[in-house]
Amino acid sequence: MSLHVELGQFLVVSAILFSLGIYGVISRKNAIMVLMGIELILNAANMNFIAFARFGVMNLSGQVVAVFVIILAAAEAAVLLAIVLNIYQQLNTVNVDEVDKLKN
Amino acid sequence: MNWYDITFYAFALVTIVSAIGVVFSRSIVYAAFSLLFAFFGVAALYVLLAADFIAITQILLYVGGILVLIIFGIMLTSRANSVEMKKGLLSIAPSVVLAGVIAGTLIGVLTTTKWPSAGTAPAEETAKPIGALLMTKFVLPFELASVLLLVALVGAVIIARREKGRKA
Repeated sequence: MSLHVELGQFLVVSAILFSLGIYGVISRKNAIMVLMGIELILNAANMNFIAFARFGVMNLSGQVVAVFVIILAAAEAAVLLAIVLNIYQQLNTVNVDEVDKLKN
Repeated sequence: MNWYDITFYAFALVTIVSAIGVVFSRSIVYAAFSLLFAFFGVAALYVLLAADFIAITQILLYVGGILVLIIFGIMLTSRANSVEMKKGLLSIAPSVVLAGVIAGTLIGVLTTTKWPSAGTAPAEETAKPIGALLMTKFVLPFELASVLLLVALVGAVIIARREKGRKA
């Protein structure tokens, strides 16, 4: 792989982002930190779509899929934060390992 | 190494360093601000990929929407004296091993695969063709996304407000 920027460099950056997101999701207790890891993962996936839209054979369809991924990320963040706020009011914690009750 | 390459490596560095700051920082507020720079770095990489519309959407929605939501969530859920996350980590060693294995596998596969390449020039403008695609080829996912956003909006409001009235 040469130093000249082509598809491979973007894919490597997105793979690193994805792995960091995975690390954030599985190592953190705070639910909002888990959400940040998920956002990193979604960004990595999006970068793959757009890199293939630019260099591969997807043309602009990749960018349209990226738009849908961003929409899903927004909806998911809103619902997850609503759930987190509700859990915080009920149990006074947002650590995912302490939320083990289905009922009061 | 032309200017395109130098710009790419600079923004890739910004993005990855910020992402490292997100997942390794001890304070959740610092993590949120690192996430801001990570989003901007990703948007800059989108510009380098000739995706100007997506880059602007990224800044508007991620930085202007999702990050603000996250910061609201942090402010509403962290106690005043616990901005530092004491014992905020689960077992570190398995996480590092798993993330490292995933990173190694992905980078190995992605760099050794021979991807089909069109070798075309970057698109001159993207907003208009994307709009046309949304109205023709992707019209069903587009409408589904609008319904999904409505459901998520109503659901978020209902979930967040529910037990104000009836405290069990």
